[in-house]
Amino acid sequence: MLRLPQFRFHLPGSIREALSILAAEGPEARVVAGGTDLWPNMKRRHQKPATVVSLMSIEELNGVDVADTSREARIGATTLLEDLVRNPALRARFPGLARAVASISSPPLRHMGTLGGNICLDTRCTYYNQTEDWRRAIDYCMKEAGTVCWVAPSSSRCWAHTASDSAPMLCALGARLRLLSADGERILPITELYRDDGIQYLTKRPDEVVADVLLPTASDSDHCRSSFWKLRRRGSIDFAVLSVAAAVWTDARGVVSDARIFLGAVGSQPVAVEAATETLRGQSLTEERIAEVAQLARKLATPMDNTDFKAQWRGLMAARYTEAALREIAGLETEVLPPRHATL
Amino acid sequence: MDEPKIRDQTAALDPTSGRYVGRPFRRVDGRDKVSGVTRFADDLEFPRMCYLRLVRSKIPHGRISSVDFAPAQKVDGFLGSLVGTEMPETFGILPVSQDEHALGIDRVRFVGDPVAAVAATSEDSAYEAALQVRVEYEPLPTIASIEEALANPEPRIHDYGSEGNIHKRVSMRFGDLQSGFEEADLILEDHFFYEGNTHMALEQHATVAVPEDVDRITVYSSTQTPHYLHRALTRVLGIPAARIRVIACPNGGGFGGKSDPFNHEIVAARMALKLGRPTKITLDREEVFYCHRGRHPVSMKIRTGFSKDGAMTAQHLQTALDGGAYGSYGVASTYYTGALQTVTYPLPRYQFDGVRCFTNKPPCGPKRGHGTPQPRFAFEVHLDKAAEKLGIDPADLRLANLATPGQVTANWLRLGTIGLRRCIEAVIEGSEWRQRRGNLPYGRGLGLACGAYMCGAGLPIYWNHLPQSGVQLKLDRSGGVALFCGETEIGQGSDSVLAALVADVLGVDLQDIRLCVADTDLTPVDLGSYSSRVTLMAGNAALQAATRARNLIAGAVAERLETAPENLVFAERRVFDSAAPEAGLSFEDAVITAEARFGTLSTVGSYIPPRSPGKYRGAGVGPSPTYSYSAAVIEVEVDPSSGIYRPVHVWLAHDIGRAINPTLVLGQIEGSVYMGLGEAMMEEQAFRRLPRHLSDALVHKVPSVLEYKTPTFLDMPEVTSYLIEDPDPEGPFGAKEVGQGPLLPVPPALANAIHDAVGVRIDQVPIQPYMILQALAAGDKGEEARFGPIGFPEVDFGETLIVPTPEEGGDGRAINDPKSQRHSKMRGDTGTMSDRDKALKTKDRALTTK
Repeated sequence: MLRLPQFRFHLPGSIREALSILAAEGPEARVVAGGTDLWPNMKRRHQKPATVVSLMSIEELNGVDVADTSREARIGATTLLEDLVRNPALRARFPGLARAVASISSPPLRHMGTLGGNICLDTRCTYYNQTEDWRRAIDYCMKEAGTVCWVAPSSSRCWAHTASDSAPMLCALGARLRLLSADGERILPITELYRDDGIQYLTKRPDEVVADVLLPTASDSDHCRSSFWKLRRRGSIDFAVLSVAAAVWTDARGVVSDARIFLGAVGSQPVAVEAATETLRGQSLTEERIAEVAQLARKLATPMDNTDFKAQWRGLMAARYTEAALREIAGLETEVLPPRHATL
Repeated sequence: MDEPKIRDQTAALDPTSGRYVGRPFRRVDGRDKVSGVTRFADDLEFPRMCYLRLVRSKIPHGRISSVDFAPAQKVDGFLGSLVGTEMPETFGILPVSQDEHALGIDRVRFVGDPVAAVAATSEDSAYEAALQVRVEYEPLPTIASIEEALANPEPRIHDYGSEGNIHKRVSMRFGDLQSGFEEADLILEDHFFYEGNTHMALEQHATVAVPEDVDRITVYSSTQTPHYLHRALTRVLGIPAARIRVIACPNGGGFGGKSDPFNHEIVAARMALKLGRPTKITLDREEVFYCHRGRHPVSMKIRTGFSKDGAMTAQHLQTALDGGAYGSYGVASTYYTGALQTVTYPLPRYQFDGVRCFTNKPPCGPKRGHGTPQPRFAFEVHLDKAAEKLGIDPADLRLANLATPGQVTANWLRLGTIGLRRCIEAVIEGSEWRQRRGNLPYGRGLGLACGAYMCGAGLPIYWNHLPQSGVQLKLDRSGGVALFCGETEIGQGSDSVLAALVADVLGVDLQDIRLCVADTDLTPVDLGSYSSRVTLMAGNAALQAATRARNLIAGAVAERLETAPENLVFAERRVFDSAAPEAGLSFEDAVITAEARFGTLSTVGSYIPPRSPGKYRGAGVGPSPTYSYSAAVIEVEVDPSSGIYRPVHVWLAHDIGRAINPTLVLGQIEGSVYMGLGEAMMEEQAFRRLPRHLSDALVHKVPSVLEYKTPTFLDMPEVTSYLIEDPDPEGPFGAKEVGQGPLLPVPPALANAIHDAVGVRIDQVPIQPYMILQALAAGDKGEEARFGPIGFPEVDFGETLIVPTPEEGGDGRAINDPKSQRHSKMRGDTGTMSDRDKALKTKDRALTTK
């Protein structure tokens, strides 16, 4: 089987200890939580860190604090994905997020993977997520050890795509992150964590750790309706090849006061369908408006031939799935066969 | 020697009297498998064992200029290395395609082709050392597809084969095709494409080679064919067969992917001998994609004449196979894309042309259904179109045109029993086809298809006249029965089938049978677990051995009980007179009586299939003692706005002859439905070329379990299975195969169901949502609502063999084959029945295939 390279492994018991190791080791150190992303990548020699620091023994990074609806919700970064799916308060308060998290991979991996890990998930590409032997056969690619982006050889940037399911939903819900480093703490809107680049896809420094996810009360299900649609080949396991996360705020008459739609897996970061907000604000969520927003989404999605399914069809599906997600929010029938996890 | 063939195997014993046959019973290896006790090849450990890893080519085609182990030798734990020149002899599964080297000597032919090997004290060190080996290459131009292989005879990937990069071409005509088409009221022509796919057995191939003394070796391996591996090892290692012992461990799934002798098996043996240490190799998943031997991508053109009532007057089928970089079973696969078209519906005149090309990709070979799912897909969709044009219900079209039991087909295959009518009736009743088809809302549809498969290939892979299965029983005063057989348990339940057959004949419990299987030192030869042959062939051999043991015991016991042997009953671990049951002996005492009377007790059974009437070149592919039949109806839900579809229910009926263990039969049916749906919906062994001006790379698109898509539980619909029992005289207790046949109707039934749901024809698999959308869009524009290939490659199939049909008074030979006069010992690919007849007459014992 594929084997891990040699590295030093730290299992600090406190955040303070973890941060000081990270500060001392510099960029050669990597943080690991559940390991469902890092370990396979290291087996394929994508990353060869000299030191790996596990966060899993740090109690304060784990836990969900969502029951008190008068306060913003807090989810610790090392909370297991399955613990989120099974948390009734979270499901009631942020159903879109629960659905997004439930769609991640498969039950065994959700029992290992964490929310922080999913937020920081490495970007993916079928020219990159391959073994060392395979990548030698294409002389590597820009994301690691090579010079060309094989998806778009004339491009000067890497087109690896975001594959996180929680990211677009947390963006739509207006989540903020608490980052910790030896220098202290900073709070950052999650949208500012991401960059439109397949290689440098996070703005976070290597010595910074995502500690918590904070969700505003304004995004509670009392105030906001959210939906998440994920396109993939199979009912489980697969990463998204397209996802649509939508959150819509309406007043008592059903008039939209705010709307945020983010697309996953069709760019290097979650793609904001910004024009959708203007299109919908002050309007009712009618079939016509929804169809209009779907076309906006179609234009923003840049699916590339670096994952499953035909890229062109995924672009078309960006419109269909945006439409379906908004129709679901509006209580209209959805034509598209729903993804299997939609039953949650 | 006795005539090994028992004419009517159903008459061997009244099956209702046994404790096991026909009843669901727990498989003999079930507890061990679910509790983790079973030791697969990768579970084996030996003192001083070292770990092997192969260095594989990173270029798709070229010459090896140099291999430098120096950096690898610096890795801690490095023990040794091997290059191709240390194993210069070629090997390959078919005598006619001995085209592989254990490690490349001068050439590499695809990304993943093994070039060198390293061994180390740990798996980590072996992995690291392999990454450090430096290989230099001189690249050669590459061939990526059937079209490229046909258009570019140079550079040749191999210096043998029909011509250029054509490995094999076949053309044969059975009967007066032209008048067949002239008689037709409707002539239909279609083009199809079936994408290649791989087996995806959960267990990755593993081998442990253990040297003994100076020149003996034992090789444990996850192989379906220990006997053929034994032969390949003998050839390449240059050690007499008697000093090589091959033990096939239980396979964690095979599906045809472990039927070839593989590089890693031979290299492990050579390394073990070189280092004097047990040597283990376990492939990673990427390497399994490079071993491949999976389903060939096939382009097809099919043209059939129909009369108004749906009867077929003639068919002309052309196939072009993308074979990958080596021969493997490819010559047989090529024939198989044409051989079984005739066994389901009467096809009085038939022409088949096939061609297999070499390409710079991992070699294709046999996968469940070997060469037949592709033309079966074409045929059954083609029939659905014909039914529509003729205004006949697709089920009625088939029911009105079923082959006749016992008939000899136009291509000279002798059929056995045929349960297809009952299969079709079962699935149309189960799915409420008559009431629901055509009455479902837009977006919902029902599709029907049928299939047929062999119950064991009529001929062995290398030409010989020896038994294809052998079973030995040893009984002693303990009352236990030891069963020795070369068959290999690959998860299908073959161990349980043999044990049950013997247990029922001798009236003992399964727990009284000690199985020793798949060990070339200890067990009689069985050719392996492929071509759906084990239940029928090893089963018949077991039945013969058990019947002989029973007769021996009965003889001794009858004397003691002073009755006639035929009055004795063997049941409930006792042997007794049916007229006076209380006066019998325990089975243990019965064996003691026989041992006292005859001395040490051992019996044997062997099996050779009946001779086939076909005698033309190529007639060796297709014959089987009998054929199994299947029918499927699939209900599908299609979303016309996205093209996304979902099968919601599968009804599948299989003509099993007689179920030895109905539970295992159901498992094989459901597994076949699963695999068939995977191929129809998503599985693709796809490749990628980088832009030619920047790179010569030609790589497997994503050799990983995550990105090679196979259905999950959530993607599986409900399956309703029907076991159609009509005991076949050729099978043990009447049993036929079920390992492969039920896969065949699944892909075409899905395509037909999609057509019923939204009116589009998707003439290729896997069927992707975008194809449905494109076909719908074409329909909206007034064009043909279809997605699929629009042509067939320009191929010169060579001179057509002309073989008159039985109906035309033929004798099974071609009338224009100059080669048929040649007295050659090794002829062609698989040998023919007449080769074997001749060998029997001349007592020719030359069985090696140099």
